[in-house]
Amino acid sequence: MKRPQLIRPALLEARNITRLYGPKQGCEEIDFTLHQGEVLGIVGESGSGKSTLLRVLSGLEKPDNGQVIYHRSEPSFSELTGTDLTSPELTSPEPAHTGLGGAEGALDLYAISEARRRALLRMEWGLVHQNPRDGLRLGVSAGANVSERLMALGQRHYGNLRAASQDWMGRVELDPRRIDDAPRTFSGGMQQRLQIARTLVTEPRLVFMDEPTGGLDVSVQARLLDMLRTLTRQLGLSVILVTHDLAVARLLAHRLMVMRQGRVVEAGLTDQILDDPQHDYTQLLVSSVLTP
Amino acid sequence: MTAIRQPFLSASALDKSFVLHAQSGQQLDVMRGLELRLMPGECLVLAGRSGIGKSTLLKMVNGNYRVSAGRLTLHFEDGELELSNLPAQAWHVLRRDVIGYVSQFLRVVPRVSARQVVMEPLLSQGVAQDEACRRAEALLARLNLPKRLWDLAPGTFSGGEQQRVNIARGFIAEHPLLLLDEPTASLDSANRDVVVELIQEAKARGTAMLGIFHDEDVRERVADRQLPLEAHMLSAGDASTAVNNDTQESPR
Repeated sequence: MKRPQLIRPALLEARNITRLYGPKQGCEEIDFTLHQGEVLGIVGESGSGKSTLLRVLSGLEKPDNGQVIYHRSEPSFSELTGTDLTSPELTSPEPAHTGLGGAEGALDLYAISEARRRALLRMEWGLVHQNPRDGLRLGVSAGANVSERLMALGQRHYGNLRAASQDWMGRVELDPRRIDDAPRTFSGGMQQRLQIARTLVTEPRLVFMDEPTGGLDVSVQARLLDMLRTLTRQLGLSVILVTHDLAVARLLAHRLMVMRQGRVVEAGLTDQILDDPQHDYTQLLVSSVLTP
Repeated sequence: MTAIRQPFLSASALDKSFVLHAQSGQQLDVMRGLELRLMPGECLVLAGRSGIGKSTLLKMVNGNYRVSAGRLTLHFEDGELELSNLPAQAWHVLRRDVIGYVSQFLRVVPRVSARQVVMEPLLSQGVAQDEACRRAEALLARLNLPKRLWDLAPGTFSGGEQQRVNIARGFIAEHPLLLLDEPTASLDSANRDVVVELIQEAKARGTAMLGIFHDEDVRERVADRQLPLEAHMLSAGDASTAVNNDTQESPR
């Protein structure tokens, strides 16, 4: 047998990122590379800085120091479908190497304009909030929630939008006949699945998830975990996942970073971190988990 | 064949120790100076008393445990791959395409059906849904798992039923290297026979296998060689004892 191709191209790089609100509040000197198709879990207790880091990585909060570099290599879904041509942010003049309009190469997230950063989040990235009500628009129907990102990409055909919404509701195991119902009539687990459908409908290349199964009943959580695994495989998604639940991390993440007091104390293959932890804090964390 | 036979997996001067920070940094040496050469199409059985750490070696080859010192190497046609210092992302591909692992316990997402659990390694390799389904069902049928269980999640199954799901999941993708951690432990004799057949077929395909079998009958039927681990496995008490490496199977 020939040696398989083991190394995949880099998708996102964190270079020496620091964002502090006070001493040890926030995250400090974070360095890592996320590769295409990889699911990276960030674990740690509350207050360890993992959510701050996620906000910096996903373009929501400028770091005090350091860079977030996004590598655009292949055409994205929005480019393939040609739907981004009407978006004003993309047609405004800006040097090609930082532009979003199909330019290849590295993009420094906080060196581009706010408008472009937002466009990136809307077109090539996705963000799944812990609380689905933060990620959904509660005043409009389930179908309108799912199709909103497609409309932002310039799709206007009502029938197509509705069909896409129904298709995605089915993929996340929601009854497509409830397309006209308001999300507030859905249970917590259904709202979370709706948020995931709303995020993945544009087939983003990179998805950020903040405790996506937190706050759900365990039976609902199991189904959601299976769904997320299937979707990441089918779409070849790269994911950065923040969770405090090591069992969720084991099942979803290929690779883990363990954070404590704003710093990464240990990083590596998920099974290795959980089965053979090296750092004393990781050993404590792993040995503190309850197993039913 | 005139070509020099090359092992698919080799270990050289392999050490493993754990540092327990909760016990004031106590170092636990569990393996010292292990050597092995595993050929394609060969089933090498790890021998030694229970608790000696046979699973430790399998977990090192599967990447669950770090290598403390020494070399652990895969030999491909076009070159070697050293496993002891591999970046994390390389393991994703290795586990998908090269290394299969039948662990003692099945660890899967709850509420996923047995059929789906078995299909998953093929789906991750890009095999089409219907073909993966067909092959999973054939394997489950062969392992005598009742059809009524295929749509149910294995969490509620008996130990033997779970183990058969685990075996099907481990064998389905026909990885060139298979790690078998007591795959027959809780099976009746009819199903043990099926597993022996699966192992023989894997050998015929050229699969290299590293296994642990407590059942003497199964061990006799599948083992091409046994690798005695006593000389290389250390309990915490005699960690400082120097180990003599001359119980090696390779004549060098």
